[in-house]
Parts: sequence; structure tokens; C-alpha cells
Amino acid sequence: MSDWKRICALQDIPPLGSRVVRLERHGDIAVFRTAADEVFALHDKCPHKGGPLSQGIVHGRQVTCPMHGWRLGLDSGQAADPDVGHTACVEARVEGGEVWLRA
Amino acid sequence: MSRMKLVMVGNGMAGCRTLEELLKIAPDLYDITVFGAEPHPNYNRILLSPVLAGEMTVNEIILNSEQWYAEHGIRLHLGRQVTQIDRRARKVVAADGTEAPYDRLLLATGSTPFMLPVPGSDLPGVIGYRDIADTEAMIDAAQRHRHAVVIGGGLLGLEAANGLKLRGMDVTVVHVMPWLMERQLDRAAAGLLQQSLESRGLRFLLEKNTAELVRGESGRVCAVKFKDGESIPADLVVMAVGIRPNTALAQSTGLHCERGIVVSDTLQTFDPRIYAVGECAAHRGTAYGLVAPLFEQAKVAANHLAMYGIGRYTGSVTSTKLKVTGIDLFSAGDFTGGDDTEEITLNDPCGGVYKKVVLKDNRVVGAVLYGDTADGAWYVQLLKDRQDVHELRDHLLFGRTHLGDAGHKGASHAASLPDEAEICGCNGVCKGDIVKSIKTHGLFTLEDVRKHTKASSSCGSCTGLVEQILASCVGGAYQPADSATKPVCACTERSHEEVRKAIRDHKLLSIPQAMHFMEWKTPNGCATCRPALNYYLISTWPHEAKDDPQSRFINERAHANIQKDGTYSVVPRMWGGLTTPAELRRIADVAEKYAIPTVKCTGGARIDLLGIKKEDLPGVWKDLGMPSGHAYGKSIRTVKTCVGAEHCRFGTQLSMSMGVKLEKMLFGMWAPHKVKLAVSGCPRNCAEAGIKDVGVIGVDSGYEIYVAGNGGIKTEVAQFLCKVGNDEEVMETTGAFLQLYREEGWYLERTVHWMNRVGLDHVKKRVVEDAASRRALYERLLFALQGYADPWLERTREAALKREFEPITVPD
Repeated sequence: MSDWKRICALQDIPPLGSRVVRLERHGDIAVFRTAADEVFALHDKCPHKGGPLSQGIVHGRQVTCPMHGWRLGLDSGQAADPDVGHTACVEARVEGGEVWLRA
Repeated sequence: MSRMKLVMVGNGMAGCRTLEELLKIAPDLYDITVFGAEPHPNYNRILLSPVLAGEMTVNEIILNSEQWYAEHGIRLHLGRQVTQIDRRARKVVAADGTEAPYDRLLLATGSTPFMLPVPGSDLPGVIGYRDIADTEAMIDAAQRHRHAVVIGGGLLGLEAANGLKLRGMDVTVVHVMPWLMERQLDRAAAGLLQQSLESRGLRFLLEKNTAELVRGESGRVCAVKFKDGESIPADLVVMAVGIRPNTALAQSTGLHCERGIVVSDTLQTFDPRIYAVGECAAHRGTAYGLVAPLFEQAKVAANHLAMYGIGRYTGSVTSTKLKVTGIDLFSAGDFTGGDDTEEITLNDPCGGVYKKVVLKDNRVVGAVLYGDTADGAWYVQLLKDRQDVHELRDHLLFGRTHLGDAGHKGASHAASLPDEAEICGCNGVCKGDIVKSIKTHGLFTLEDVRKHTKASSSCGSCTGLVEQILASCVGGAYQPADSATKPVCACTERSHEEVRKAIRDHKLLSIPQAMHFMEWKTPNGCATCRPALNYYLISTWPHEAKDDPQSRFINERAHANIQKDGTYSVVPRMWGGLTTPAELRRIADVAEKYAIPTVKCTGGARIDLLGIKKEDLPGVWKDLGMPSGHAYGKSIRTVKTCVGAEHCRFGTQLSMSMGVKLEKMLFGMWAPHKVKLAVSGCPRNCAEAGIKDVGVIGVDSGYEIYVAGNGGIKTEVAQFLCKVGNDEEVMETTGAFLQLYREEGWYLERTVHWMNRVGLDHVKKRVVEDAASRRALYERLLFALQGYADPWLERTREAALKREFEPITVPD
């Protein structure tokens, strides 16, 4: 059963940054905040060699993995061309300055 | 709103490259229609020679399949020649009546082979060498006929001759000039080339003027007759005496043409709605017939079509490489020289090696290489960068092959390696993988090869080998980027130098401000440009520009080194490599308390604690009670010291105390890349100062200072900067040198690479000879470092800074 959970305040995540959310059943989720205050969540694991995406640099709607520089779409979890791979997305939304995840 | 219409006439490499560049930056701006006279989608014309030689197939040289056009919504008209441009109604009309209206028109009509106007030049069996159809005609003739004559001993003619020979024909090359490839080679190199081709069975007739092509009984050509009366049999005549830009269509619509369609620096013709790129265009009086300049034009044209309006094309330096398997030949720039040039040559006729570099005012202006072309890309780089090479003169001809020391078994010449040879030791990429990727994906740049294969994308030590492989696959189409003007990344057209200058001249203080001012193409850059911008801002405007942690690589954000499993390593500061029993005790206690799995000594004489969870970092730092060792930063790392005169019976200077003083002075110094120092107390140099960014060696009468050494990817021995008398002078000179590096170095450029670029003379002038300049540099460094707080201590105290390390826990 997945349902919406309140995670933190939007301002707990730095713009162009991320936080790690530790969910007991799902493992680590990386929650990203873009420059436009959009929030996206991905499993904190690069499809390449498992690098923690939460530690990457966020730009536009992408994050660059700190391990070997793969770029993953925050909204799709897809690796950017020419790399091929996918990280599972988690639904996220912002409501009244609060960040919610569906997990 | 309906999209604007872009029509492209000509479906070759220059045009399609322009479309690719355009789609990259403005994918939805235009509704695109393409007319191609040939029945094929865009293919790699420069690989026709390997097709002729039987080394590749036509399918292998297709660059953009029909599917590519479909995927990008491009309407493709193959086999339809445009015969009319109606500029008033803004439409083009093809021979079969197909019409297409345009808002912007891109002419990429290429060129056609020039056919000698001699009797018989229109006979069956007489062809030019330009496209797939010509190539197929040659392959077909080789199966049925015996005698081939190639008229023209230039690049294309020789490749055609070689291919026909491999297909089993008897081939004679006829050339009007006294030596082969006179536009690319000097006489000596051409002689070596001719010898080598003759040993493969080709025949040459030099200084021969063709008078007539003789018709045989079948109606097909049967002989070539010369002006001196001699004649030779010929069942196939290939004309390779030059190309003529295709300007007829442009001329018919009234566009100004000279040798080609005249274009401005924005690749616009006299009608600003109409652009022209490639071999059909004449830019500043030059119509290029090689592929590399076309790519540079494509980039600029695309930029203007996308309405960014910032790029100018100012002409190209061209280089050529003969694509005849087994023959290594390269030339670039002006190699014939003149009164005001000098030549350095290396001639080893028995070894089959000839090299000539032409210099003018201590700068490379041209190069010819035969037999060993491994350094071709380097010479082009020196040429484009206009680098003063007087410091390199004595070893210029021995090349650089900027290769690292390890990871490729010492090989420095890619051409002789087998396909299964490992090129990139970091990512396990073999030569065959790289060649395959270049061919199947149609790659032309180092960046593309890195992206697709990962070769040379980690430590970069095999870059030189990858460049050689690229050059041997695509010939002159591979051009090393002009490092002075190479954009920082795909987010901008601006180079590191331009970015630094803009930040300095216009006092830009934040990343958004800098990006806005310099018209960044992406909303907030990427993982390449943001760390560079952040460094440039804080190093140019200390205490004014605000450091942006989100624009730093994770190690500098977390103040620890991320490891492969996502844990971190911690290296506490031990000034000059000195520690105390109390510190060691605390380190031992921390290692036990946090169950740290690995404790090791580093190469910089420090202790590294590895395998720490991120959330434990603030606790570890607090319990250690030692400042950050910055082992994670593009910053001062360590000052390694020997025991020195404090204890050593040979020591002449107090190297430990000198090292501690230097390290304390430099604490918190961010730099373009990591910076390592060493201080030795005597010339025995136990601290290995010869491979450090700054190496200080004590002698009885003072200290010698060496700079720009490097012990990593490629060992570089530090160069002598100056001798000083006392500790204060060591501090000032070291500080001034590092400040100059901080002000001039490009992000991720080590001191050795920066100094290679600017020259030791320049550094000496600013740091040694001019006392006022040295003093000013030193003071700017001290000012920048004022009040730097230990980042570890801050993060054990301030809750806001600690947040980075705390995961959010949510019960399920």
C-alpha cells in the first residue's frame, strides 16, 4: 500500500540541492529541489554503479551522479543520452510549503 | 502558433551537422524540409576511400539514417534536385516540381569534381570522385577492366588510386606538378610517400600534362594521351584535379558568389534569410574542401538559426591526413615557409620518418609529418593556441603525445596497436571498441568518443591515444579543439578565459548574475560549469562573492571524500605531517567509537580514516578536535616535509618548521585544482619536492624553489623558479606563485598545465623579477585567506550547516 507521507518543509531542502529520506521499507530516497522550487524524488541509486544520486549536482531538471557523471532526469529517472539506464521515481508534491512523497 | 519553416538544400555532412547542432539547442523552433540530390541519407563522405579500398561498406558510413530524419520530424526529399529559388515568394522548387516554402533557407550544396576540359572528358569510363555513385562505378570498373589512370596526385587522387589498386587494377597516377600532394607536402615528404606507394605497385607519371582522352572501339575511353605525345592505356579515368563549389543555384537567384557563395562571419549570404555552409560557401575568400572547417561553420550557422546570435566564424586552420592504410602522413597550416620563418626538421629516410615544423616568431605555423604522425594533433593545438614554443624548441620534434605514464602498457602510438589492446586502463576500453564506436555512431570529436565509449573520460591519461585513433579513423576531420577558445561546457559558447575576464571586468558576484550576463544557454548550468564559475567568483572577488555549496562537487560540500559505496573518508590536518601522542590517541578512539573499518597513511604524510557514514561526519570531526585536512578539495592539500635540520645529520634547513609555516599560511586556499607542496631540508630531497606544485629544497645558503611538478597521471618534474635566502622570502615567493595560478589558471588545470600554457618566463617575470608584482600577488593571497574558518569546526557547531549530513527519517 502506498500512500502520501509528509516529509519535511520545502525550505529544509536547499534550492538546487537534495535531502535523503530514509524510509524503512523502501530504503533511501533522494528528494531534489530545483531552482524553480519543483520537488522530485528518485531512489538514491544510480543505475550505472549504484552511486548516491542525492549527493550529485542538480541543474535544470537533472542531477549529475557524483560517481561517474551520469546525468539522470529528475522527472523521468532516465539516464541522458548516450548512457542507458533507469532509476525508479517516487511521486512527490509540494503543498503549503510542505513536501509529500507517495511511498 | 505555427513554426517557422527551414529548408535545407543539399543533404551532406555540413548541412546535416548544422541541423544536428540546431536541434540540440532549439529542437522545436523550425519545421524542417531537406532536399538531397543523391538517393542516400547523409553519409560520411570522407570514408568513401575505405569503401573503395574494400575496408568498409556503404551501410557502415551512413551518418544519419532515414529513421533519424523521421524521429526529428524532418521532411526528407531524396533524389530530388532543387533547380530554382524564388526569393520573392520565399520558396524552392525541385526538378520534379516539388515546392517548399521557407522562412530561412540553408544552402549546403557542396561541390563537384572539376573535369579537365580536354577532348574525351565526357566519354564513358571517365568519372570524378565525389559520391557513392562514383565509388560504386569504380568498384564495378575494377571487376571488369584492367587499366586505371588517376589524373591528380592530391589527397583524393591517391586515395582513389590506392583503392583501385587494392581492387586489382593496374593503376597509374598522372600529376602535373613535380611532386605529389604539393599543397599538403614538401618535396622530401612527398618523395617518401611516392616510394611507399610505388612499393605497393602504383605507378607515377609526374609533370605530365594530359592532352586528350582517347575513345576506344567500344565507345569507352581506352587511353590517355599526353602533350609530349606519349600515351598509356586506360579503361577507367578518374579525375581528381580539384573541386568546384556548387554555386549555380545560388547564382541563378542573384546571390553574390565568388569562388563560392559569399558568406559573412555569421554564415549568411547577401540575402540574410539565406545561409550557406560547407564546400559551397566562400568565407573571407576561402572555400574549404575539408570537413573540419565545415563543422565549425555548422556550429555558428546553427547558433544564428536558433536566434542566439552569438558565435562568429572567423576561418579555420586546416590539417590533412592521408587515409591510406599503412601510410602515416599528416600536414597542417603553412609548411612551405618563407623568408621570415624557420624550419626544424628530422629526416630518417631508412626509418621512413620525416618531420618538419615551421616556426614564425617562435610560434608553430605549420607541420608536415611522415611515418610518425602521433603528434599531429599536438602541433595543430600549438598552432591554434599560438603558443610561444621557444622553451620547447629542443624537443619539439620528439613530440609530446600528451599521455599519462600508466594504464596503457607504455604504448604511445595507437596506429600500431591491435584491436584488443587496452587503451583506457580506467574504464577497460580497447582500441577495437573505440574504432567501432567512431564508425557506427559517426563520431568526430573527443567529447563524443568519451561520451560513447568512456575512454579517456576518467583520469584522461590516454587522451593522446584516443585522439590518435580518432585521427586515424576520420583523418583531417578530427580537429583538436582550440584550447584557448574551447567553451567551458555545452551550456555556453564562452571559454574559461572569457568567463574569467567577464567576472573580473564586470564585477560579477553570483552564479545567476554571471550566467545572466554571459547569456548561459541552460537555466542553471551543469556539473561542469557551476563548480568552475563558483571558483572563479570566489577567487576573483574574495569576501564579496558568496560561496555556493550547491555548485560544488559533493566532496567539497560534505568536506570529506565520497567513496565507491557512498561512505566518506576523513583526513585530519596534521601541519607539515607532524602529529602528537594526544592527536593519535583521539584518532584511535574515534576509529573505535565509529567502527571505522580502514585506517591508512596517505601519500601526503597524513592519516586517512575510511568508511564513515555521512551522518557520522560531524561527530567524527568533533571527537577528533583537529582541523580539516582538505584532502577532498581543489585546494591546498598538504605540505610534505622531511625531518630536516631539526634532527637529520645532513639537514641544512629547518624543513619541518618551514613546511608548517607554509601550510598554516595556505590553510583554506581554494585553487583551480589540488595543490601539493613539499619542503626538503637538503638536496637529498627526501620529501620528493621535485614532483610537487611547489617544491622547496633547503641548501646551506637558503632555499631553492621549484614549481609546477606533478606526480600523478603523468610525472612532471618541477622546474627551477628561483633561489631565496630566508623563510620570509619562501613564504612570499610561494604565495605569489600560487596566487598567480589562482588568478590565471582555468578550473581543473593543474599548475603544470597552466604553466605550460603561459610559460615559465611569464611566471618568472611576475613572481621573481618584479618585486612589486610579487608583493602585490602575495598580499592578494593573504587578503583572500583572511578569516578563513575551519569548515569542520563550523559544521560541528552550526545547526544549519549540519543539516546537509542528516537524513530525514519517516516511519512507514
